[in-house]
Amino acid sequence: MDDLIRQHILPGLKNDALDELGDSARLNLASGSLCFTTDSYVVKPLFFNGGDIGKLAVCGTVNDLAVAGSKPVALALSLIIEDGFEMELLDKILVSVGETARQVGVDIVTGDTKTVESGAADRIFINTAGIGIRLAGVDLGFEKIAVGDKIIINGTIGDHGMTVISQREEMKFRSQLKSDCASLAGLIGELLENTSGIKFMRDPTRGGLAATLNEIARSTALSVEIRETDIPIRPAVQAAADMLGFDVLAIANEGKFVAIVSPESADECLNICRNNKLGKEANIIGEIVGTLDVPLVEIETRIGGKRIVQMPYGRELPRIC
Amino acid sequence: MLDRINKAQDIINAACKTLGRQINIMEVCGTHTVSIFRSGIRSILPDNLKLLSGPGCPVCVTDQGYIDAVLRLADRDDCIIATYGDMIRVPGKDGSLETKQTKANIKIVLSSEDALQLAKDNPGKTVVFVAVGFETTAPATAVVVKEAAAGAIDNFCIFSGHKLVVPAMRVLLSEKNHNINAFLCPGHVGAIIGYGAFAEIVEDFSRPCVVAGFEPVQIIEGLCEICRQLSAGKAELKSIYSAVVTEKGNIAAQQIVNECFEPADGYWRGLGEIKKSTLKLKDKYEPFDAIRRFGISEEPSEEIKGCRCGEVLCGLIEPTECGLFGRDCTPQEPVGPCMVSSEGACAAWFKYGREKRR
Repeated sequence: MDDLIRQHILPGLKNDALDELGDSARLNLASGSLCFTTDSYVVKPLFFNGGDIGKLAVCGTVNDLAVAGSKPVALALSLIIEDGFEMELLDKILVSVGETARQVGVDIVTGDTKTVESGAADRIFINTAGIGIRLAGVDLGFEKIAVGDKIIINGTIGDHGMTVISQREEMKFRSQLKSDCASLAGLIGELLENTSGIKFMRDPTRGGLAATLNEIARSTALSVEIRETDIPIRPAVQAAADMLGFDVLAIANEGKFVAIVSPESADECLNICRNNKLGKEANIIGEIVGTLDVPLVEIETRIGGKRIVQMPYGRELPRIC
Repeated sequence: MLDRINKAQDIINAACKTLGRQINIMEVCGTHTVSIFRSGIRSILPDNLKLLSGPGCPVCVTDQGYIDAVLRLADRDDCIIATYGDMIRVPGKDGSLETKQTKANIKIVLSSEDALQLAKDNPGKTVVFVAVGFETTAPATAVVVKEAAAGAIDNFCIFSGHKLVVPAMRVLLSEKNHNINAFLCPGHVGAIIGYGAFAEIVEDFSRPCVVAGFEPVQIIEGLCEICRQLSAGKAELKSIYSAVVTEKGNIAAQQIVNECFEPADGYWRGLGEIKKSTLKLKDKYEPFDAIRRFGISEEPSEEIKGCRCGEVLCGLIEPTECGLFGRDCTPQEPVGPCMVSSEGACAAWFKYGREKRR
């Protein structure tokens, strides 16, 4: 195990806190308030167009910290490896973890490695936990959201979920799909530092845009109106979803955020997004509106009709992240 | 596209204003139902124009007795049930195929060919293909019956639940209290049987029948054509889906169905027994008929208590008028078949239109 850690895990992740190999990482952080989160990654397949479980494990946790209004600084990385898992693949995943963390500017400061007998895990599972320093003057929350606020998404929806599903062995079909897996920390930091009208942010992962908007309606008791024609969707994603009977609105994303912003700051936010490579296709997709009886998410369809968008229900797609 | 929609909408609005009374148009195709709900078509129609979701979803119209018979077959150790995915969760008297699936004797197939392959791969078991659907899926069933006969694959049989749309439309219009002013006819079925097959509805009942495709704009234009006829006091047969639907339909598909099947009396959920409305295997294919092979009785069973799927299917009530809807009956825990199938009227209401106004 020591060899595994020293020869395979440490080299790609080097930093002072980790190199001590203590029982805990000791961090020197500026005083202030922190965000702290954790997530486990069990995606199947491990490698998919646009990413892999390693990149996902870093980006997913970093994005959770970023949308909460913090600057991610440190991650913990825990690996659960099935006996017999190919060492070359482990190396490839760790290179991806290291590269992604470097690009994002977070250190992997502590971690753990366990191996379990064959059959007790499916190849490799990863857990990451992360801490972020809350940005000064930034206070996001459902309670800030008001009627008239604009809803911004930073690009196309459904790319990650449809890519992973289409690359599953049992659903082999060729396609041009590519996961949107990416760290949003840079873009979100830029937005929060340069604008003041952002009220709330969330990354629409499991359950997609539909789940995030329904959570907003449920938590604020306000309603949400979006326009089908304003939601960016790649034609290949739409075609794959139609073919397999999925609703793109409910498909997972791994490089998207939904931001609820004041109407005055909407254009400024949009400009910042569109000047960033992760927000080129950003758009205002709708507004927060009042509620007459129950809070609802409604969509204006292409033909000008209206229907509701339900909180996704039924069988969840397993192991999408 | 918006130009076409606006134009059609103007005609619909003017016609409904002229008519002044309540107009009910029924669609008899699950794909139409889903497209109507998903695109929010109901929300842009005038208040006096109502769309009724009729018996157009194959799972929904399947009688409880058939479901219970399939479940009894699933209990047999010598059988494998091959079914389309939609049927798997339909509740019967004693569970559903899903609850019985632990025995590994129930397989979801994507096509009738997959079911036949299952028989070839499992020579020690009898594979029973749960053959439901309208005229659209019957040809695919007929193809595998012929293949099984030609290849002497004697561990394969089908349990025909195939149904014919036109006899059901006749029954709906023969009911004393029906409220149907016109039919938006199904494009898929029309592609097989030809739009000419709906002529008898127009002739015998003076109801406009318009065959339309499934894109929202095609549906709206279909409704527009119906409104135009109604306001002019006419009832005509028309296809506005000419790229796909011809007057005579798909002759080759009709031939293979006629070779294997003959019309027989049969039970429909909500509509009861309808003369010559189902497809039964002809005598020469008897060995491949699960009904005869297992001596299945075709008695209708009791319907589920409190479930009003039957009335929903006849356009007599809207799903929200059923006491179970949204509370005791949801897509996650369905009681009636209209909530099980994604093409069912109740499931579409739940997903896209449960609350009408915000």
